[in-house]
Amino acid sequence: MKRSEILSRLLVIAGVLIVLSVPLAVHFYNGQNIVEIHGRVAESGGWSPSSIEAKVGVPLHLRLTSDDVMHSFAIGQSDMAPVDVAPGKMTELTLTFDKPGTYTYYCTRWCGPNHWRMRGTIEVSGGSSDAPQLVSPPLYMTLNLNIDAPHPAPVTPADRPSALRGAAFAAMLSSNYLMPDYYRTHSPAQAYLDLRADSALSSLSDPNVWDLVAYIWQSNTTPDGLAKGQRLFAQNCAACHGESGEGNGVFAAGVKAQTGKLPVNFADPASMLGASPALLQGKILRGGMGTGMPYWGPIFSDETIWGIIGYLYTFQFDEGQR
Amino acid sequence: MRSELTRLPFVKSLLKNRWLQLLVLFVMLAGFLFAILSGFAGTPVGNHNFSIVFVWIAWWAILILVAVPFFGRGWCAVCPIPMPGEWIQRGAILEPPSRKPRWLNLRWPNKLRNIWLQNLTFTLVALFSSVILTTPKVTAIVLSAMLFLAVGMSIVFERRTFCRYLCPVGGFIGLYAQAAPIELRVKDKQACAACKDKPCYNGSQVGYGCPWDIFPGGLTKNTYCGLCMECLRTCPYDNIAINTRPFAADLAKPSRKMDEAFKAFIMLGAAMVYAGVLLGPWGALKSAAYSVGTVAWFGYGMAFLAFIFGLLPALFWLAVKLGQELSKSDVPARHGFTTFATALVPLGLMFWVAFSLSFVLTNASYILVALSDPFGWGWNLFGTAAVTWQPYLTTALVPLQTLVLIGGLLWSVRTAQKIGTEVKILPVPIVVFSTLVTLAMLGLLL
Repeated sequence: MKRSEILSRLLVIAGVLIVLSVPLAVHFYNGQNIVEIHGRVAESGGWSPSSIEAKVGVPLHLRLTSDDVMHSFAIGQSDMAPVDVAPGKMTELTLTFDKPGTYTYYCTRWCGPNHWRMRGTIEVSGGSSDAPQLVSPPLYMTLNLNIDAPHPAPVTPADRPSALRGAAFAAMLSSNYLMPDYYRTHSPAQAYLDLRADSALSSLSDPNVWDLVAYIWQSNTTPDGLAKGQRLFAQNCAACHGESGEGNGVFAAGVKAQTGKLPVNFADPASMLGASPALLQGKILRGGMGTGMPYWGPIFSDETIWGIIGYLYTFQFDEGQR
Repeated sequence: MRSELTRLPFVKSLLKNRWLQLLVLFVMLAGFLFAILSGFAGTPVGNHNFSIVFVWIAWWAILILVAVPFFGRGWCAVCPIPMPGEWIQRGAILEPPSRKPRWLNLRWPNKLRNIWLQNLTFTLVALFSSVILTTPKVTAIVLSAMLFLAVGMSIVFERRTFCRYLCPVGGFIGLYAQAAPIELRVKDKQACAACKDKPCYNGSQVGYGCPWDIFPGGLTKNTYCGLCMECLRTCPYDNIAINTRPFAADLAKPSRKMDEAFKAFIMLGAAMVYAGVLLGPWGALKSAAYSVGTVAWFGYGMAFLAFIFGLLPALFWLAVKLGQELSKSDVPARHGFTTFATALVPLGLMFWVAFSLSFVLTNASYILVALSDPFGWGWNLFGTAAVTWQPYLTTALVPLQTLVLIGGLLWSVRTAQKIGTEVKILPVPIVVFSTLVTLAMLGLLL
């Protein structure tokens, strides 16, 4: 065999090996100690992998990419700002956890009808061996509320109540009604009936009493909490419930096709005024079994959820100026 | 009007040089294997994967906008797909033959010595094209299948049977190569007739017999010559020339083969369907073309087949018959049909140029991204991974496409006139047919 033939064969064999092996070797080398997470719409499998392990205090290096549409990666109950996960591009992220536990990562972009199912968990182990923190059960469990039962309001106002008007009668109100415990454990309709039965308020008309209810509800929120609630509602709830809370979001038809029911209409006094903040907390924390309502427990902190609930009542009450 | 390039010693030595050809082939093969690897291992996002971006945008742009119109089968000369099979078949990469073939070396069946199978393979690819063109893994599977098929056929059959009779791309390159301003021809046919051993076909100590199963002495058109330059090396009389020539010189000798006529319809129709599906605003059509295996896709497939194998040829047949009636010609309609189909060669080529301009200029910016990050793994080899998508030459695109289509129509009309004179059939109905399909294509593109 001629030398030129030997040379050409060597060239071809070496070239093929280099072309096929070098990229894979570089990729493998670069990928050491890095977890690569691929995002796909929930219908195609969601996050992959959907569970990761990490250790307290040890940086977790993530490389995020999308295999289809634009997603966004966020860690539930944390202050980490969501990062975009773009198709065909890598986003690098390093997380360090200071407490053990199970953390949920999720998509914050409306990527598809089952967007909320795009979740994964990070099991963080290690750290201090301090006694575990005692966690109090959520209010709806303490109250033993059946959050799946219908909650029609026994009474509804003729006109939209106004916290601003209600403030004019605030001096007549016992301070007990303004306590967070009262607010969270009573529906507006229950509060109305309580106030209506209160002899100190007997001089007030029915609309005046409803205005007082609106005032009580406003008193248990803050402008910042409402603003945050509004933003989170727009990001996470409006796709189904609609920007105006009327249950007519862009995915509403899909929810009906899947579950046979439209998303809840927060603008409907007959049901909304019959729901206590504790009941709404339960629905948000646990999700609506079989209704398409996501469970937000691992995602939102208590404070965040109360902010969202405060915002939900603005579909019933005029808040007015503080 | 012809000018022999091989008269220049430098050009001739370059074309005869096996090392240079091997080097080019080596680069092509590396790119081809890299495309397969990236298709299988890279991101499934098509516009960030080397396999989609470099095969269906960069390679396609070079092929249809430059290689085919100006160099005919020039691509076939450097195509990597048949090379591994050919090396295995020959038992050598560079060395000229020193022994008899070691494999089965069967001749391709006579009944299949046409391009009907190529018409079929192209149509098959076209039916699945929406998925192939957008899904890296599917592209990798198709490229791998072509590679393995070429290897398998090289082991079983003689010469480049895959290229000549099966390659879905080779069929239309051959058709449109007739329009290219370059050709390989013999200088003196008498010298070929007198040549006893015909090493250009049978091979010799200095080179292989024509891999494309062509006797260069009988070459009259570019359709089946792969420009591999083997005959340039083997001809003992220095009788092979690479010439430049006017565009479309081969169209003066229209084909009478039905398989080639149908290749023209398939290509014309496919360009129109692609323009509608890939560039048009019809979401339901796109969705049907993409949803392989669904009822909608079967509907799309049936409509596609009916259009290219039924409607277009039927209308063309009617046009030929009308021309025949008007001119009271006694030339058989079948003869008129096949010869007039040659007029669709320049038209079809320009349809593809116009269509390709649109999606190539729209998607070309992805080339820079895929160059730096071919797998979508977050690499940035050349600092262009973050280049944002932007279409190029948007203001020039529509005028350019219009000019290309009008140019193709005029070219087609001129060809039809010449054919009409030759077969003594009035070409006016053919001109009307060409004008109508051009208007339809304009409507689809603009």
